[in-house]
Amino acid sequence: MKTQMTGAEIVVQALKDQGVDTVFGYPGGAMLPIYDVIFQQNDIRHILVRHEQGAAHAAEGYARSTGKPGVVLVTSGPGATNTVTGLTDALLDSIPMVVLSAQVPTSMIGTDAFQEADTVGITRPCTKHNWLVKDTEELAHTVHKAFHVATTGRPGPVLVDIPKDVQFADGAYVPPNKAEIGHYSPRVKGDTDAITALVEMIEKAERPILYTGGGVINSGPAASMLLREFTNATNIPLTSTLMGLGAYPASGDHWLGMLGMHGTYESNMAMHDCDLMICVGARFDDRITGRLDAFSPGSTKVQIDIDPSSVNKVVEVDLPIIGDIGHVLETLLKIWKSRGRKVNSAAIDKWWGQINDWRAVNCLAYEQKGSIIKPQYALERLEALTKGRDRYVTTEVGQHQMWAAQFLGFDDPNRWMTSGGLGTMGYGLPASVGVQIAHPESLVINVAGEASFLMNMQEMGTAVQYRLPVKQFILNNERLGMVRQWQDLLHGSRHSHSWSESLPDFVKMAEAFGAKGIRCDDPTKLDDAIQEMLDYDGPVIFDCMVEKHENCFPMIPSGKAHNEMLMGDASTEGAIDTAGAVLV
Amino acid sequence: MNALNLKKGSTSHSAYNLRSLADTTIESHTLTIMVDNEAGVLARVIGLFAGRGYNIESLTVAEVDHEGKRSRITVVTTGTPAVIEQIKAQLGRLVPVYEVHDLTIEGASVERELALLKVTGTGEKRVEAMRIAEVFRARVVDSTLESFVFEITGAPKKIDAFTDLMRPLGLMDSARTGVAAISRGV
Ligand SMILES: Cc1ncc(C[n+]2csc(CCOP(=O)(O)OP(=O)(O)O)c2C)c(N)n1
Ligand SMILES: [Mg+2]
Repeated sequence: MKTQMTGAEIVVQALKDQGVDTVFGYPGGAMLPIYDVIFQQNDIRHILVRHEQGAAHAAEGYARSTGKPGVVLVTSGPGATNTVTGLTDALLDSIPMVVLSAQVPTSMIGTDAFQEADTVGITRPCTKHNWLVKDTEELAHTVHKAFHVATTGRPGPVLVDIPKDVQFADGAYVPPNKAEIGHYSPRVKGDTDAITALVEMIEKAERPILYTGGGVINSGPAASMLLREFTNATNIPLTSTLMGLGAYPASGDHWLGMLGMHGTYESNMAMHDCDLMICVGARFDDRITGRLDAFSPGSTKVQIDIDPSSVNKVVEVDLPIIGDIGHVLETLLKIWKSRGRKVNSAAIDKWWGQINDWRAVNCLAYEQKGSIIKPQYALERLEALTKGRDRYVTTEVGQHQMWAAQFLGFDDPNRWMTSGGLGTMGYGLPASVGVQIAHPESLVINVAGEASFLMNMQEMGTAVQYRLPVKQFILNNERLGMVRQWQDLLHGSRHSHSWSESLPDFVKMAEAFGAKGIRCDDPTKLDDAIQEMLDYDGPVIFDCMVEKHENCFPMIPSGKAHNEMLMGDASTEGAIDTAGAVLV
Repeated sequence: MNALNLKKGSTSHSAYNLRSLADTTIESHTLTIMVDNEAGVLARVIGLFAGRGYNIESLTVAEVDHEGKRSRITVVTTGTPAVIEQIKAQLGRLVPVYEVHDLTIEGASVERELALLKVTGTGEKRVEAMRIAEVFRARVVDSTLESFVFEITGAPKKIDAFTDLMRPLGLMDSARTGVAAISRGV
């Protein structure tokens, strides 16, 4: 291989050497040199999206479903600014992503040139790190370093801004193993004394619980396997955040369901009453804790996380263990076994007795009666008709997202892609595109709300162009349902702008894009309609007309504690007091 | 099992902060941060403070190792102990950061600041300014018949005291570098 190349060639060679097989992008003036090199090679597949936000979310879907970093190419100015939401989304959910943006030539930087934006300035707070490369000699080093940073420690999005003249100029190419990637290397091994202290706590605990999150999935499939082994061997009940679904199988005996604002009754009650909380790769988000001063008041809290800043941020923990989840769980299992595999079985059996009483409340119960489809029913049927299949699910944001988390079961990691931290409407469709690109033979479903779907609906064009058989399952309540629910709860049911007016005909929309459209509004015809969607070999928009005023329960209203949940039959009026009303 | 002491672990910028902050003491800490001297590193550090609502009382930065391209940033910040811990953890995970030291709690350290003060006046006031400057070991680095520029180094408190004394004697202008700090011993 020649070592002198143009900057554009260096970029593409670096991507190849990083094992990149797919990039999501959109060209423009400042990006043309790199696009010209892309054109003249076949190793990297370029997926042309319809909007750069779509590229970023597609890359997130690709990354989340494969464990590999997602790669995005965008032009300067508006191309780069359109990735800001995706970058922020990836930052909050710790998704590895490398965005390569073009910049105006170095000589024009700072002159308000055409399509100039201060991209590194704009994206500094929404990336893990970013670089402006002003010298072609630095380019290979920087691109390799970008991959290193995106995938090492707590993963996250990075951005490399490349001026057009740097793409044209010649420079030396260095492969990944020769690149200067700097000193960034967070510790992965947990402290053995701390892990031993945790084992001692586990041996004595009477009411332990595992509270797991996206960190387990980020750590890789091995971490999920270790988590299963540990949970099953110790008989400790387990709950998970929205981001952690699938790390422990939903069909597993120890699974309590998701916790938090729309989590299950048994999860939240168990979190409240436990005496030992083992937080594994989660971060005590406000959607999880509810009211802080009433959050699990009697428990000893242990937190395993690779990021020291996640510890003691909102909740003080008694024992932090800093390290990679997989490494720590491996050591934990080893020490626990070497000390004789002890747990307080009698107490834990009693604890399970209590938990089973909570389970018996059947908190997700709803009634499908009459001629209108309940959203929960639609998801239950979708689950029944797709269970056991090689299935990936993405979602948009809103009530449908929470119902999907409640009613779909995930038995493996990397199968559930949702915007947790940022709550980005418009995430699900492009994410489903990215997932389907990575898994061409699998069933990929985006559970959507009609409002969220409209936010990035242009990506149906991408799905059709690349023959991606993504299934867009829209729970159409003709409402910004989650907003309407909050207005019921804290604004006297004054539904200010929470209607979806002038909705398009989604069946016709599908047809206009060259996809298939299906509409169903009859519970008795739902199974057949879903089957038709599954049987169709191509992209489908499924317009599932559902009950318009259904609210999502259980719910911990903001400002309330885990044991103050609202259940399905609750009155929502005035459920949140003034202190809670200021919260988001 | 011990109950959770939420106040200790709390932060004052959480949207869910419904706790009493009554006994939350605000402390001042001097942090030194070794960083790669790369473009934008200062913006990154300052942006972290601004974005997360932390305070900066004073900030200095300069390259200290030209070969190794390393700079040292010294920040004096205030916050509750929990917030200070968060600040350190947040700084520590920035990619260009090598290490973060909290000189306020990591043993003895020296802190110095340099200031330039322009004092104008004639007659008795001018003589008095000169006399006080001697006591504080400030040097005259510029003088006209009606003005002096004093250079003073010392702990920030000493500079505060000198500045206060110069005020009635004709202090016109002053410039301070912010704190540079280093641990004592080896
Ligand atoms: C980009 C963006 N804008 C606004 C919001 C606030 N928001 C959260 S849920 C929601 C309504 C979503 O409506 P829809 O997609 O139809 O889902 P539903 O709740 O009805 O299931 C809104 C507006 C958001 N999360 N993201
Ligand atoms: Mg809706």
